[in-house]
Amino acid sequence: MKEFLLGKLDLDALPHDIFMIAGTASFILLGLFLIAVLTLTKRWTWLWKEWLTSVDPKKIGIMYFIVAGFMLVRGGLDAIMIWLQQALSSGDSHGYLSADHFQQIFTAHGNIMVFFVAMGFIFGLINYIVPLQIRARDLASPLLNTLGFWLYVAGVIMVNMFFVLGSEYAATGWLAIAPLSGTEFSPGVGVDYWIWSLQISGIGTTLGGINFIMTILKMRAPGMTLWKMPMFTWGSLFSMIMVVTVFPLLTATLFLLFLDRYFGMHFFTTDLGGNAMMYTNLIWMWGHPEVYILVLPAYGIFSEVVATFSRKKIASYKSQVLGMAGVSLFALSVWLHHFFTMGAGADVNSFFGVMTMIIAIPTAVLVFGWIATMYKGRIRFTTPMLWFLGFIGIFTLGGISGVLLAVPPADFQLHNSLFLVAHFHSTVIGGVLFGIFCGISYWFPKIAGFRLNERIGRNAFWCWIVGFSLSFIPMYVLGIMGATRRLDHYDASTGWQPLYIMMFIGGLVIACGVALQIVQIIASVIQKRRLADTTGDPWDGRTLEWATASPPPFYNFATIEPVTTQDAFAEIKKRGANPEPKYVDIHMPRNTSAGIYIAAFAFVASFAFVWHINWLAVVGIIGIIISAIARTFNDNVEYRIPAVVIKKMEEQRKKNAPAKVEEDGEDMSLWEFIKIVLKWAVDVVRKRRLKTW
Amino acid sequence: MVAEHEVESHEEAANDRVGFGFWVYLMTDLLMFAVLFAAFAVLRDSTAGGPGGQELFKLPFVLVETLILLTSSFTAGIGMLAAHRGIKSQVLTWFGLTFCLGLAFLGMELYEFAEFIHEGHTWQSSASLSSFFALVGTHGLHITSGLLWMGTALVFIWKRGLNAPLVRKLTLLSLFWHFLDIVWIFIFTVVYLMAFV
Repeated sequence: MKEFLLGKLDLDALPHDIFMIAGTASFILLGLFLIAVLTLTKRWTWLWKEWLTSVDPKKIGIMYFIVAGFMLVRGGLDAIMIWLQQALSSGDSHGYLSADHFQQIFTAHGNIMVFFVAMGFIFGLINYIVPLQIRARDLASPLLNTLGFWLYVAGVIMVNMFFVLGSEYAATGWLAIAPLSGTEFSPGVGVDYWIWSLQISGIGTTLGGINFIMTILKMRAPGMTLWKMPMFTWGSLFSMIMVVTVFPLLTATLFLLFLDRYFGMHFFTTDLGGNAMMYTNLIWMWGHPEVYILVLPAYGIFSEVVATFSRKKIASYKSQVLGMAGVSLFALSVWLHHFFTMGAGADVNSFFGVMTMIIAIPTAVLVFGWIATMYKGRIRFTTPMLWFLGFIGIFTLGGISGVLLAVPPADFQLHNSLFLVAHFHSTVIGGVLFGIFCGISYWFPKIAGFRLNERIGRNAFWCWIVGFSLSFIPMYVLGIMGATRRLDHYDASTGWQPLYIMMFIGGLVIACGVALQIVQIIASVIQKRRLADTTGDPWDGRTLEWATASPPPFYNFATIEPVTTQDAFAEIKKRGANPEPKYVDIHMPRNTSAGIYIAAFAFVASFAFVWHINWLAVVGIIGIIISAIARTFNDNVEYRIPAVVIKKMEEQRKKNAPAKVEEDGEDMSLWEFIKIVLKWAVDVVRKRRLKTW
Repeated sequence: MVAEHEVESHEEAANDRVGFGFWVYLMTDLLMFAVLFAAFAVLRDSTAGGPGGQELFKLPFVLVETLILLTSSFTAGIGMLAAHRGIKSQVLTWFGLTFCLGLAFLGMELYEFAEFIHEGHTWQSSASLSSFFALVGTHGLHITSGLLWMGTALVFIWKRGLNAPLVRKLTLLSLFWHFLDIVWIFIFTVVYLMAFV
């Protein structure tokens, strides 16, 4: 009876060690804090109506940023914990973590950073910017978009659920390589949490991919042919094409692993004919293209930024696009370089080694294109541009070490070493994360209506560069010295400890960078009148997202005028805008709660699968079906805004636009910010503020 | 008049988008099946000493199953023709027939599964059987969701009559149904026929 009702769930599942209790407590406290704030400010209905059920890609984009930002801190704490353990645990000392716990932490770190930080930010940026760049008002399927977002949130909750129930995450590495991830070697619920957090968020990603392909291919402004699309839209299109190509492979592979674990099948087991090497192949067929899915939109961001801040058209636009196409094509035929040592034979290894080296060529086309864009441009060294330049340096380092690893004999030496870890962190931090920071600082004025503080932004950038060098250059060295990855303890005679300590210090410097980025946002909010973007075009941009107000009205553009050239907004500015726009009725999608309900039931079903509670799984699945049916037969999904109303709103907006603020002084420096905070704190202590509260 | 024309073109554009998006979805589903096919191809001979497909499968039975599914695709096609002409009774008849054929197919599939399990050849017996049950079972799950979709669509047509959004849903549904038919042809060939080669 107990087994029927609760499956594998029992009192032991409640947190009992200090880390789990701390994790659970912080979740509960965060939850209580949010509930208290929302209740005290009476914001529940507002939150539900304006945000949670919204189908506006701009709002969904912002929600992606918030969740991914939290996860960045969460995954960053994991990284610091890993580094601290490694800095301490040499010789007689065994650090402060058990080996098993250490393994869970690096697994969670990898999953969170790739799935819930990088994917979250990238999807947020695509949501916000792509419709603006192609002059569309919404997405092809607003429902799929909110559903995709809520499935992502369900995945985020699932990946953190183990704190509350189970006290155990997968200890298998971020791809849960079989047969280690089978029931035989991982009997607990950790791997199940891993499977289901990736499964539901991955399905959300596939839906997002379908949606953005529809949107980009079918909803561009009249006259915007493919060859007139902005680079970020191109990057997103290629990325989304890759999403629909490889995410189904992930879904199917996770499904097979689930069948192994739940129904006792034998796909990847060691007995009765299972084939664990098939798992390695399948998961990397998805896993390698995944990194290109992340980096292609980042390439697009860099192309936009370098063109804007060099005040030039992007150099060799068509070869840039073809470079992206080449990257996405070759990315599908390199997966085997992750396991040259598996023994596929010299011919197979050579093919994949050569393909891996070839992929550097289209990438180099892109890099040279960006450098050529800067050539003879009048460059402004704003923070987005700094992130771009940091990217060029670090990503090149990662690229060169990648080509080195692509040579099978070299790979036999470096496989599974810290050299490899340093390599992919160079590409993912240098390429994807810097791309995200670059994009956020570039589009922040569009999103918030005021730009970010430049001085603190520069401080944060330099913390990142210094911290990155301190932590990852020793990592390359350690790798060549023979340190394997995922070590929770090493012998003192290796002499590695100083380098590990250096890595830990680098991690702290990076943490300072993240803290400064948070400070940067707060300082910008304090100074937001001075930093306000009144024109909608703070950087002298070239693409259409700058042609509307900052932040844009919910319908993005009052009129959809045809596009005639690439860099359409630069052209409009040269020619002069249409003074007498002709307003027509606008159709907008209604908000819907279907996405939330479906994702909530998906979460329930997944949770039931993790704990083997069959009846609950049935409830979840029936819930998904019923909410989906209820939605598909709801025909009242759009509403119309008459042209006169649009006209009135536009005129109102122009009248209410804040006046241009005089450019006096400079952005607040870090020191000034600290003084303001101290002054505020002193005020609070003197109880002056408390009364006014 | 102008406004009405606008609404129509707006509707048409939405139809066009949804149709295109559904094709993309079908391709993603096809890729999922590709993984299951690949797994089956790798594991089909890993029978762990148990019987292989040659001993287990009864071809005449599967042939009947196949013919039933192919016929259901045909009736769905005729149903779509009726839907485009706007004849409600014919839509209900032909899709009703499709529904029954689909149900019969599903029943036969489950019967086959039950027989194997009864004989002691479960999905736990060997990797070969695991991959068989996963591939054919996933197709069966798709058929089940197709039937659910068809059932609700028919109820709505019966109650509300044919309207443009319902015809659009039927079009997607019939695409889905034909897609499952094609996948089944590959299953019939790769799983069943090739077991006897």
